Amino acid sequence: MSIIDWFAKREKNTVDTTEKLNIPGHLWIKCDQCQEILFQKDLKDNAHVCLKCSFHFRMAAMDRVALICDPGSFVPCDEDLGPTDFLGFSDTESYVDRIRKAQTKTKRKDAVVSGLALLAGKPVSIAVMDFSYMGGSMGSVVGEKITRAIERGLENRCPVIVFTASGGARMQEGIMSLMQMGKTSGALERLGRAGIPYISVLCDPTTGGTSASFAMLGDFNLAEPGALISFAGPRVIEQTIRQKLPDGFQRAEFLLSHGMVDRVVDRRELRETLATLLDLSFGGPVS
Amino acid sequence: MKLMAFEKPLGELYDKIEQLKKLSRESDIDLSSEIEKIEQRAAAVREDIYHNLLPSQVVQIARHPNRPDSLSLFRLMSDDFIELHGDRAFGDDPSIVGGLGRIGDFRVVWLGHQKGHDTKENIRRNFGMPNPEGYRKALRLMQMADKLKMPIVTLIDTPGAYPGIEAEERGQAEAIARNLREMMGFGVPIVSVVIGEGGSGGALGIGVANRVYMLQNAVYSVISPEGCASILFRDAKQADVAAQSLKITAPDIVGLGIADGVIPEPLGGAHHDWDVVATAIKTQVLSDLSVLSSQSADQLRDDRYAKFRAMGIFTEG
Repeated sequence: MSIIDWFAKREKNTVDTTEKLNIPGHLWIKCDQCQEILFQKDLKDNAHVCLKCSFHFRMAAMDRVALICDPGSFVPCDEDLGPTDFLGFSDTESYVDRIRKAQTKTKRKDAVVSGLALLAGKPVSIAVMDFSYMGGSMGSVVGEKITRAIERGLENRCPVIVFTASGGARMQEGIMSLMQMGKTSGALERLGRAGIPYISVLCDPTTGGTSASFAMLGDFNLAEPGALISFAGPRVIEQTIRQKLPDGFQRAEFLLSHGMVDRVVDRRELRETLATLLDLSFGGPVS
Repeated sequence: MKLMAFEKPLGELYDKIEQLKKLSRESDIDLSSEIEKIEQRAAAVREDIYHNLLPSQVVQIARHPNRPDSLSLFRLMSDDFIELHGDRAFGDDPSIVGGLGRIGDFRVVWLGHQKGHDTKENIRRNFGMPNPEGYRKALRLMQMADKLKMPIVTLIDTPGAYPGIEAEERGQAEAIARNLREMMGFGVPIVSVVIGEGGSGGALGIGVANRVYMLQNAVYSVISPEGCASILFRDAKQADVAAQSLKITAPDIVGLGIADGVIPEPLGGAHHDWDVVATAIKTQVLSDLSVLSSQSADQLRDDRYAKFRAMGIFTEG
């Protein structure tokens, strides 16, 4: 191939990119998996699942609350918990700036939404992680809000459901972020001893300190199709073993086949599945 | 003894002393006053180096190949230590070791990460990076301790849990998570000491304790300085800066309320005298066990939960 051909080809690609950029973002979206152009409203009505190939798009935290909870039942808690830069941490950007940007972008103080709600008429304590806030990373606020959500389940004797979407511990909070793993898991020990079920719904992605604590500890671990779920991220493993990882490694279906999750559930059936599990596992006479 | 890069000025002085001693022997010239002068200088340099260590230098001490390992410390603290193997499900992970032994008047279950002192042993021990079966062996031994009402003492020294294909297949995340949860529920005293590297979740996986201590030159961190540098700073060469920023040294970890105290090391680091280190750890552990052993199972659980429940710094309102 001559350099002229290369440029010609390159120009063609550039045109394609421009076309993609010309699609109005608020109306249309391209599927990451099958490249189908989807009407945003259709996608939203289909639980943010591709109408053609069933690819599960990442979802905003409040959209998820709306999808799962009985309409109008969600009451948010601990909304005023905010992060602080207690280490004075700065890398390519200061933690203070990162917090400010994430708060402006997501309009919330940190990477989790939590509260009490009804699901098919039953009270639940619910927490939903927001990956768009600093990769859903777990610092003091995330750890505290998850712990309080678990404790609310304990106080109100209602099941706890957590939707995880997190790259892991928040490095900017150093050792304190690591300790959130112990705190949240410890709260689950107490919930378990009280005989109250905990459901973990693992969404894309759930890795690192989040997977190695509350995400993996569900009495029922449900995963969304195709979700990346791992302890170490694929890049770290590739660097360690110096070879390419097989297709599907660390995806939800891989975890199902290795016995790490109970079910992989299509998001359009998630509410129904949760309702069934709650109905069969908690409340009411046993026989 | 292998010298670390920052000990180079010291190494040069030691070399000079050796040369003068040799010269003195071979030539019958009395150089003792010369030698004494340099020895005094070496002592001063030594004091200066070790009292002004940078976090990145502490990391080097924490990783020193001759640093005392868990098995050696168990044996130094317990004459009758007996090692136990296997998770009863998959295998025996050589990077986490455990067993029974007496310490003072207490019969305890010992657990620790195990590194090697040379390449061969390090390969066998996977450089102290456990696979899931290591955490499951630890859990099995801790459940036994809980049943037999024996205190648990864990020594932490790992770069982190192993990031490998098989580790993922067998549920590394689940194994660590389960240990965190179960450790919170045991009705026996748990004391943990970070003796070298406290590497992230892989360290905490045997570290949910009533009392947590740091050896003076141990580090405890959510991620290695190298890992942090390459992810956040996008430059692996910034590891020294990352080591500083992450606040990983013993005084920092105590200052943040994560550890209860610092156990002193001999000048120059724990690798200079294992016996002194073992005695210091033993004294601390015995002092804690004598207090904790009078508490009920529920008190111990509540005490442990309260300790971790208080961790976290945030604003409210």
